[in-house]
Amino acid sequence: MKDKIAEKILLLIALSAILSLLLITFFIFQQGVPFVVRVGLGNFFSTIWSPNRGHFGILSMIIGSLLVTAGALAVGIPFGLACAIFLAEFSSKTIQKTLKPIIELLAGIPSVVYGFIGIVILVPFIRETFGGPGFSVLAASIILGIMILPTIVSISYDALSAVPATYREGSVALGATKWQTVRMVLIPAARSGIVAGIILGMGRAIGETMAVIMIAGNALKIPHSILDSVRTLTSTIALELGYAAGDHRAALFACGAFLFLIIIILNIIAIKVTKRR
Amino acid sequence: MVFLTCNQRRGGIIIAGSTSVQPFIEKVAEDFMEKHPEIKINVQGGGSTAGIQATFNKTCNIGSSSRNLKVSEKGLRVIVIAVDGIAVIVHKDNPIDNLDIEEIRGIFSGEIKNWKELGGKDKEVIPVTREEGSGTRASFEDMIMGEKAISDACLVQDSNGAVREIIASTAQGIGYISVGLVDEREKAVAIDGVEPNIANLITGKYQFSRPFLLLLLEEPIGEIKKFIDYVLSPEAQDILKHDGLIPAVEVHDD
Repeated sequence: MKDKIAEKILLLIALSAILSLLLITFFIFQQGVPFVVRVGLGNFFSTIWSPNRGHFGILSMIIGSLLVTAGALAVGIPFGLACAIFLAEFSSKTIQKTLKPIIELLAGIPSVVYGFIGIVILVPFIRETFGGPGFSVLAASIILGIMILPTIVSISYDALSAVPATYREGSVALGATKWQTVRMVLIPAARSGIVAGIILGMGRAIGETMAVIMIAGNALKIPHSILDSVRTLTSTIALELGYAAGDHRAALFACGAFLFLIIIILNIIAIKVTKRR
Repeated sequence: MVFLTCNQRRGGIIIAGSTSVQPFIEKVAEDFMEKHPEIKINVQGGGSTAGIQATFNKTCNIGSSSRNLKVSEKGLRVIVIAVDGIAVIVHKDNPIDNLDIEEIRGIFSGEIKNWKELGGKDKEVIPVTREEGSGTRASFEDMIMGEKAISDACLVQDSNGAVREIIASTAQGIGYISVGLVDEREKAVAIDGVEPNIANLITGKYQFSRPFLLLLLEEPIGEIKKFIDYVLSPEAQDILKHDGLIPAVEVHDD
C-alpha cells in the first residue's frame, strides 16, 4: 500500500516536470508564432533589427549565435576530446580521480563569473594583442569553449571507458601501439557517445546568455572577422526584454521560439546518435 | 526590499519604470519611509516604456519615465521631478575634450571610424550605445542623432554602468550616460564648446537633457499624494541635486 502511494506521488512529480515543459513550449510559441505570421518571414529573417521602427530581422543574430557556437566547438572539441582520451586511456587511477571532478567543477561555476573573467582578462588581452574592440567573436568563443569542456569531457570519457577491454587487448595483440589503438579502435567504437557529448555542449553554447552578453559586445552588425563584436539570439532577448512592449516583446518571444526549435533539433540528433550503437 | 514588501499590510505604493530614474527615486523613497514608517514604497525597474504601460494598466501606482511621452502614450498625469543631462564620455587619456554635434552624429552613425579624423590619435573609434527600448538611447537619438540612425556596428550594453565600465577600460571608446553618473575614470566631453556640468544644465546652456517623470493615471490622493509632495519638497530635491540631477524647480523653461 505504502509502495503504491509512493509510486503515485513520484508519478505526479514526474508529470509536473513534463507539464511545466509543455506549458513553457506552449507559452513561447503562443506568444511568438502569431507575431511571425503577422510581420512575415521576409521581415523576420532579414538583417535589420530596429523594433521601434518596425524592422524585426533576426538574421544577424542567428549568424551571431552560429558563429559563436562554432567558435566554442573549435575550442572545446580538441581540448575536450584530448582531455577525455588522456583521462580514459593514458592516466593512472589517481590522476583520473583528481582531474575528473575538477573538470566537472567547471560546470558549477556561474556563467556571470566566466563573463567577468572574460571582461577583466580576455577582452583587454585580445584588444591589446590583436586590435579591435576586444569584445569579439574570439573572446566569446574562448570563454564558451571552456564552459562546454565539462560536458564534452565527461560524456566522451564515459563513452571511451564503456568500450570493452577486449577491444583494446585485441588491438594490442595485433601489434598496434597505444595511440593507434585509441585512434583506430577506441574513438570509432565510442563515436556515438563522443558525438552526443559534442551536441550537448553545442546546446549549452548556443543557449548561454550572461557570459556572452558581457564579452561579445552585442553589436548588431554581422561580423566580418573573429575580432568583430557579435550579437546572439539569447543576448538580444536578455538585453531588451526589460524594455520591450507590444510587437518588440512578441519579436523577442519569436527569437525564443526559434532558439527553442534549434535546441530541440540538436537534442533529437543527440538522442538518435547515442541510440545507434 | 523583499522583506518590506512581504511585511506590508496593504499593497503599499508601487513605483515602476525607468532604470535611470530608479536609483534616484529609491533614495528619496528610503528617506520618505524613514519619516513615514507606516507607508511602504516598492521601487521597481523595467524601463520607461514598461513604466508607462504599467501606469495605464494600473499594475503600479506611480510610473516613472526618463523620456517624454509619445503621442500614443498621452492621457497620463505627468510630474517632472528633475532633469538629467546626457553626457558623451570618452576614456580619460583621450586627448579630445570637445566635439561638435555633427562629429558625434558621425561617430555613432559609423561615418567617422578613426580618432585621427577628429584630431586625436590614429586609433579606431569604438562607439558604445544602449539597447533598443532604453530611455537614455531614445533621448540620445532625439536630441543628438536627429534623423541619423545609430550604426549597428556600435557595441551595445544594457545599463549606464556597463557603458561606463567599457569606456573606462577602452582607450578608443566613446559612449553616453547620465551626467550624474560620470566619475573620475572617464571624461565627459564638451559638446559645441559647452561642458556638461550642473551650472550649464541649469542655465540651459547645455541642451542635452531629458526630464525624469513620475506618471499617474489620476489625481493623486492619500499616501500617493503625500509621496509626490515629498518628492517635490526642497528636502527631496536636495537629495536629487546632490546626486547630480537638476532639481525640477531650478530648470529654466524656454
